[in-house]
Amino acid sequence: MLAQLIFLVITLAGVAFFTFNARKVIRNIKIGRPAQRNDKPGKRWMTMLRVAFGQTKMAKRPVPFLLHLVVYLGFVIINIEVLEIMIDGIFGTHRVFAGLGGFYNFLIGSFELLALGVWLACAIFLIRRNILKLKRFSGVEMKTWPKSDANYILITEILLMTAFLLMNAADAKLQALHEGHYLSAGSFPVSAYLQNLLPSSTSSLILLERVCWWFHIIGIFAFLNYLPYSKHFHILFAFPNTYFSNLEPKGEFNNMDSVTNEVKAMLDPTFVPADAAPGKFGAKDVNDLTWINLMNAYTCTECGRCTSVCPANITGKLLSPRKIMMDTRDRMEEVGKNIEKHGKDFQDGKALLDDYITREEIWACTSCNACTEACPINIDPLAIIVDLRRYAVMEESVAPSSINAMLGNVENNGAPWKYSPADRLNWANQE
Amino acid sequence: MEFKVPTMAELMAMGEEPEILFWVGCAGSYDERAQKITRDICKILHHVGIKYAVLGTEESCTGDPAKRAGNEFLFQMQAMTNIEVLNAYNIKKIVTGCPHCFNTIKNEYPGLGGNYEVIHHSQLIQDLINEGKLKAEGGESFKGKKITFHDPCYLGRGNGVYEAPRKALEVLDAQLVEMKRCKTNGLCCGAGGAQMFKEPEPGFKDINIERVEEALTLQPQVIAAGCPFCMTMLSDGVKLKDKEQEVKVLDIAEITARANGL
Repeated sequence: MLAQLIFLVITLAGVAFFTFNARKVIRNIKIGRPAQRNDKPGKRWMTMLRVAFGQTKMAKRPVPFLLHLVVYLGFVIINIEVLEIMIDGIFGTHRVFAGLGGFYNFLIGSFELLALGVWLACAIFLIRRNILKLKRFSGVEMKTWPKSDANYILITEILLMTAFLLMNAADAKLQALHEGHYLSAGSFPVSAYLQNLLPSSTSSLILLERVCWWFHIIGIFAFLNYLPYSKHFHILFAFPNTYFSNLEPKGEFNNMDSVTNEVKAMLDPTFVPADAAPGKFGAKDVNDLTWINLMNAYTCTECGRCTSVCPANITGKLLSPRKIMMDTRDRMEEVGKNIEKHGKDFQDGKALLDDYITREEIWACTSCNACTEACPINIDPLAIIVDLRRYAVMEESVAPSSINAMLGNVENNGAPWKYSPADRLNWANQE
Repeated sequence: MEFKVPTMAELMAMGEEPEILFWVGCAGSYDERAQKITRDICKILHHVGIKYAVLGTEESCTGDPAKRAGNEFLFQMQAMTNIEVLNAYNIKKIVTGCPHCFNTIKNEYPGLGGNYEVIHHSQLIQDLINEGKLKAEGGESFKGKKITFHDPCYLGRGNGVYEAPRKALEVLDAQLVEMKRCKTNGLCCGAGGAQMFKEPEPGFKDINIERVEEALTLQPQVIAAGCPFCMTMLSDGVKLKDKEQEVKVLDIAEITARANGL
């Protein structure tokens, strides 16, 4: 009875703390400007099914795709086991689904195989990061916390899977001893090999089984609550993020309605814009970005596929699309903390542009869309870069001098170079 | 040129309308290397007998570089002015010689009142081949030559056009080889996003060199391009690598025109 009470308290505390943090995350995303992405729901659901559930964009790199697939399936399927643990925990039962008989054996057997798969995949991931030191996982933005974050996640997953398998091994051994409520249920294709490593005394086995059981479930709640502090949030955000992804051709940049109003008014003085107050053009800080940009930032799991294909980054420029997303998240969380401490209208004198993302970075982008194509969950770093450029050019008139010269040419003679419009057809009279 | 390139103003004066407007673009109008491509596109149009016209001095920058550089005002000024001209001429279909113009007019003009069917010149060539109006005969033979195609970002990833330029090359009976980074994985030439008009930021290499080095590993005789900016970047890269004698950088339109002896 006491165990059930403790379980209930832990569960409620875990859920409550996650809700508390999730609300902060939602508040932070709402710092962003509104944006409409509710059109074509059918196409959006399909995109989510294909890209997030189906992981189609991961397949471009077969090795990480397969390893990640095992972890993903493990995460989704082993959670059926968590359901059993929850029911057992609350009602004080043991293996409540055992009544399913042969199907239960099949389930536990598959969980074990998946658990082994997850264990191995995470071990390989750790090796790739820390021993093989894959280039994709390094870079200026991958020092300190982001580096530890990735390792903590992988180690936790290994520990959780170890606890799950040890729990099963102890359980099976107790079943063989016909001990108390350890009724004969489940098949143990993996943990059977661990049984010999375990002590043979009943009391030690029960202790081990209980410790692993509690570790597994507390570990899962801890992991859930770690998400809001971690890059691992993608396991939840991948779904809304792909649903709200950009469905237009990648080459298309949005036309700013606020500018359309001004331009129409310039060309036609009788024009009266439908909605006044254009506000700021482009983005200087996170509150100038849209909530979709900000959700993108929470979704990013820092895998670095974007940066590894970025032509600027490949050739040694400062720009890294992954850093754009990480900076956006860091700044958003800083603004969120400011709101908590000092109220909604507090200004800390800092901004995303310059304090996090430098001019050198935004001007190195070729807008080639390699990053958006590479992202397995449709994050769009380019949209943020463009909005920062818009602020620099339209609000501050600050751009590299050659860009200013080009803009001047377009304005004065309708071409990015200094040629006379009268000479535009000269090519037709040559050769 | 052996024939006169008709302008919209002239056709209108005669009370005629073209089947298609050829949007030349700034590079195609002023850049010496790109002018050759422009003339070749006209030669192809003339050869197959499509009724076409250009805007001539009435054409102006689409606003693409301004938009990519963040100057939305200038972009929309350019766009609205151009749309006014295009709509006044009752234009329905446009072929562009540049993927940047193609992308801008196709995707960004409709929201500002400019609705046209827009194709890139590689798509025009593909259509003409499919319709049997264009072959690869009567000119230079590319048979067996090793050709690799560099995907322009705003044609490929930007708009999903990967097959049209390859179709134009397939009819040559040449040996088409792909770079490792091709199609959706294509590497930018380094000129997009208004980079064409500025010096690159500090790094250890220029992007066009990275790309040309990749192309040269295939030891091609021709690097095929579909964009005047890529043309500049790739040609510069080949020059810097001192491979001008062995490797030619040619546009899809130039290759088509040459293969047909135009």
